[in-house]
Amino acid sequence: MTADLHSGMNTGPETNMPALSIKGISKTYPSGFTALSDVTLDIAPGEIFALLGPNGAGKTTLISIVCGLARASVGRVLADGFDVVKYPLEARRRIGLVPQELATETFETVMATMRFSRGLFGRSPNPDLLERILRDLTLWDKRDNKILTLSGGMKRRVMIAKALTHEPKILFLDEPTAGVDVELRRDMWRMVRRLRETGVTIVLTTHYIEEAEEMADRIGIINRGKLMLVEGKTALMQKLGTSEMRIVLRQALAAIPAELLSWELSLGPDGRELIYAYDAQAEETGIGGLLRQIDRIGLPVQNLHTRHSTLEEIFVNLVNAA
Amino acid sequence: MNMRAVKAIYFFEMHRAWRTRLQSIVSPVISTSLYFIVFGAAVGSRMKGIHGISYAAFIVPGLVMLSLLTQSITNAAFGIYFPKFVGTIYEVMSAPVTVMEILMGYVGAASSKAIILGVIILLTAKLFVDYHIMHPAWMVAFLLLTAVTFSMLGFIIGIWADSFEKLNMVPLLIVTPLTFLGGSFYSIDMLPPFWRHVTLLDPVAYLVSGFRWAFYGMSDIDVTVSLGMTLVFMLLCLGTIQWMFHTGYRLRR
Ligand SMILES: Nc1ncnc2c1ncn2[C@@H]1O[C@H](COP(=O)(O)OP(=O)(O)OP(=O)(O)O)[C@@H](O)[C@H]1O
Ligand SMILES: [Mg+2]
Repeated sequence: MTADLHSGMNTGPETNMPALSIKGISKTYPSGFTALSDVTLDIAPGEIFALLGPNGAGKTTLISIVCGLARASVGRVLADGFDVVKYPLEARRRIGLVPQELATETFETVMATMRFSRGLFGRSPNPDLLERILRDLTLWDKRDNKILTLSGGMKRRVMIAKALTHEPKILFLDEPTAGVDVELRRDMWRMVRRLRETGVTIVLTTHYIEEAEEMADRIGIINRGKLMLVEGKTALMQKLGTSEMRIVLRQALAAIPAELLSWELSLGPDGRELIYAYDAQAEETGIGGLLRQIDRIGLPVQNLHTRHSTLEEIFVNLVNAA
Repeated sequence: MNMRAVKAIYFFEMHRAWRTRLQSIVSPVISTSLYFIVFGAAVGSRMKGIHGISYAAFIVPGLVMLSLLTQSITNAAFGIYFPKFVGTIYEVMSAPVTVMEILMGYVGAASSKAIILGVIILLTAKLFVDYHIMHPAWMVAFLLLTAVTFSMLGFIIGIWADSFEKLNMVPLLIVTPLTFLGGSFYSIDMLPPFWRHVTLLDPVAYLVSGFRWAFYGMSDIDVTVSLGMTLVFMLLCLGTIQWMFHTGYRLRR
């Protein structure tokens, strides 16, 4: 490891150097299409980062550039401090990739491709580790099966297993749960969290927004090649999310009573619901006063529910606004 | 040097061949036997020997070369084309391996397979003709050099090809004619002057000639020239492969 690798940080590798540092990446394909423009992003060690964006946003392109499958037109990427183009061997040793497209050997057994992957990354054989990975992914029983005979979801898990064989420090999961059933998806989330506990940095893309909501520490939203927003998940949900209370009445109203006008309520479709949007983080939400006022004017309340907007709603709003 | 990666690729490829060992051995053995029956026994018996060697024995080195070339090229081309085609190449391309290591794995495996087959064909030939090898060490050297060089050529073809048609086209349209024109079945001296000069542009001619020299101590072309030309061709292939990986040609987006 030479000193210039950490240029700009004179404190050495043990400090909080980002696990992944993407600096001003742009990518124009030979067809002339610009898939990424000026993406800059730092990801901290041990973080779970979810990259969200509609189809064609540039997620896979960005991951491909980091992993050496595509070349950036402009900009550079440091993985654990190593420039992925100048020091590809050092960088790649640290990176594990589960690509979006299912691509597996057909006639080999699960175990054989696992051993191949570990060897390819220059690691000495470690049967115990391979067993643990396969058990974690509920593939142990299939270890001697030819991959040809596995279902689509199992093949996807084989690809994840292969990416883990060389014990990467940074793991890219490009839609790891596409085509995976609910139960196994939960297993996979558990596995990802366990990996994080061992210090692995995880970057994942997904179209299941609840998955990002469930797993990610931070979220990046990318649209048409531009990184629109990077934010801690909790902060994002607070900042951009809204809370809503619906008060279900026993009988329909024709209009909102004058006594309630100061709350800026809206009336539900059949006149039986009063809808109050509020800021859940605010000191004074106004809920108490509203309920007291409703009671005072004698409106009969049947039911009441509150909800916070989901990440999915936030995401859709953001992408549509762009 | 990431020797584990080289070994991983090498044995993975060898294992793939092992699965299909029957068809990869049986068909070349059958076609070689046919060549011996037709050219060696039937036609050859009516021909006078070339440079004092019976025609059947004369064609042994050429026949071995023919299958060595075809096998090297197709093995190596398929070996790299297939992962490209099914997408599993992503793993090799994102692994900490150098071009040299990738080459040693793929080209090493392709040449090993070709050499094994070459030896099987030599043994098959023994059933039909009684030949002897005058310079066995040189014979092995030519065998190795040819297998490696043409496996590299196959590797280039496999990277270049973006369809199965192209993959099959090159061996069919280029390699087979080159082998036939390269004097596998005749001495270059037997050609009219014009074609003799054309033949000298054919890299295969140098190989066949050198290889035959290792067997019988006689050749159409000086052995050192043969060796030199083969080495030049090998370096040309190596340079092309370096360039392909450097620029990411058909490998990186
Ligand atoms: N090899 C290529 N040549 C030209 N354009 C490409 C190439 N690969 C991708 N693109 C284009 O780049 C854009 C980004 O593609 P990318 O695969 O990165 O999107 P994505 O965010 O991963 O989408 P998805 O959610 O569908 O996987 C798309 O418009 C795509 O058509
Ligand atoms: Mg994608």
